[in-house]
Amino acid sequence: MSQAKGLNLTLKIWRQQNAKSKGKIETYQIENISPDSSFLEMLDILNTELIDKGEIPVEFDHDCREGICGSCSLYINGEPHGPGKRITTCQLHMRSFKDGDTIYIEPWRAAAFPIVKDLIVDRSAFDRIQHAGGYISVNTSGNTVDANATPIDKHDADEAFNSATCIGCGACVAACKNASASLFVSAKISQYALLPQGQVEAKDRVLNMVKQAEKEGFGPCSNTGACEVECPKGISLENIARMNREFLAASIS
Amino acid sequence: MSESKGLIKSHLVKKYWMAFTGLFLCLFLVGHLAGNLQLFIPGYSGQLQFNEYAVFMTTNPLIKIMSYVTYFSILFHAVDGLVISIANKKARPEKYAYSKPGNNSIWSSRNMGILGTVILVYIVIHMQNFWYKFKFGTPPHMTAEDGVSPLLQDGTAVKGGIVENGEVMLNGENMGAVMGDLYTIVLESFQNPIIVAFYVLGMIAIGFHLVHGFQSGFQSLGLRNKKYTPIVSKLGYAFAVIVPLLFALIPIYMFIAA
Repeated sequence: MSQAKGLNLTLKIWRQQNAKSKGKIETYQIENISPDSSFLEMLDILNTELIDKGEIPVEFDHDCREGICGSCSLYINGEPHGPGKRITTCQLHMRSFKDGDTIYIEPWRAAAFPIVKDLIVDRSAFDRIQHAGGYISVNTSGNTVDANATPIDKHDADEAFNSATCIGCGACVAACKNASASLFVSAKISQYALLPQGQVEAKDRVLNMVKQAEKEGFGPCSNTGACEVECPKGISLENIARMNREFLAASIS
Repeated sequence: MSESKGLIKSHLVKKYWMAFTGLFLCLFLVGHLAGNLQLFIPGYSGQLQFNEYAVFMTTNPLIKIMSYVTYFSILFHAVDGLVISIANKKARPEKYAYSKPGNNSIWSSRNMGILGTVILVYIVIHMQNFWYKFKFGTPPHMTAEDGVSPLLQDGTAVKGGIVENGEVMLNGENMGAVMGDLYTIVLESFQNPIIVAFYVLGMIAIGFHLVHGFQSGFQSLGLRNKKYTPIVSKLGYAFAVIVPLLFALIPIYMFIAA
């Protein structure tokens, strides 16, 4: 079996020592990368080389490497999670690039996502938005009712599940020209808004989560649709419209 | 337990107002276009009809109220847009070194602020060209077909009448306000190719603004569903092309026809 030719690449990577220091783009040459390796494996190879040379490796977020956890980020060649659609960075493979390519690798850029180091940003703003209302209150004192005892329209259940597939990676914020978190927030609101269990706290949920997102410093939504295109889970703009409706209704009632 | 009053200081509320005023201004465009299409009627009858329309538009109390609502909408839309643009920029203080926004969104959607600024400049110059000249200048007056007798605002010709300070005088008696000749002001303005080009460019900016703005307004207000949104989307594109195109044809037609 003939082996595919290795790729020689120029990497332009954002290096930043810590949250306070000023970062800059550094250039690295990397050779003979297998087109079958994943993007993160390519970075692993780079880091091994850097460590061998006694240099500080490039820090980046990753965990499951299966496209589920939402840990990996990276703004690659002008797009969150790189050139592929409906994938996270860990699912991106080097066959998406050509020999001799220059690849820009940057962290998510948003006032609400401060850089921790190099390519790692602090996404705890998303946690605080969740805490503001992304839950339902269930009495668990021993007499919990089986969730399946409540009949739910199949269409609504499917829609709620679609919204719940959001992994909170932050690609929507990274893609948005205003670093708006509308797609994330609206998905988290929708997954409850569509279900009977979510109705009790629906009003407070939308008001508090939207308010928290703005407090964190995420921008307004310009309806460009960039988030929907770049979302690895294909979360629809439908969610944002639902959030806008719910917020309006909750505000005036 | 809800401590948050949504309607105060929220990005979303600013977007609701943006959508509401924007969609209202779309309605205004339809009305304004319907009136202006009368400029395509050739000859004296076209001139008379347009000037009668101008009298109606400047004297009808209901139109007066609507005109103030329109001015307010334009100003509110502009100021609200500016406030939103500042918030947009603030959310990403450090830009990407390399970005390919064209891969995930249309140019118009990312440049509504710039397009809006161009349109605002256009509106100011447009108002100065016609509205200001007609209202505060000394506009020419409309005459009967004989080209001499001035017309009153109700269309009555006053034989032997003379016009003084916008009033028709006959043998020292005031017969009433004269019908202004907005048609001629428009016709004369559009003999200048630079003004024609300026109007066409203004309409191109409005077209691009509407390509995104029309459907974005519905989305901001949460008016979206699987059945109607594709229709709204197509309607938005059609609106963004047809309305500015018809507007732009007016100066071109008047430049060529004269």
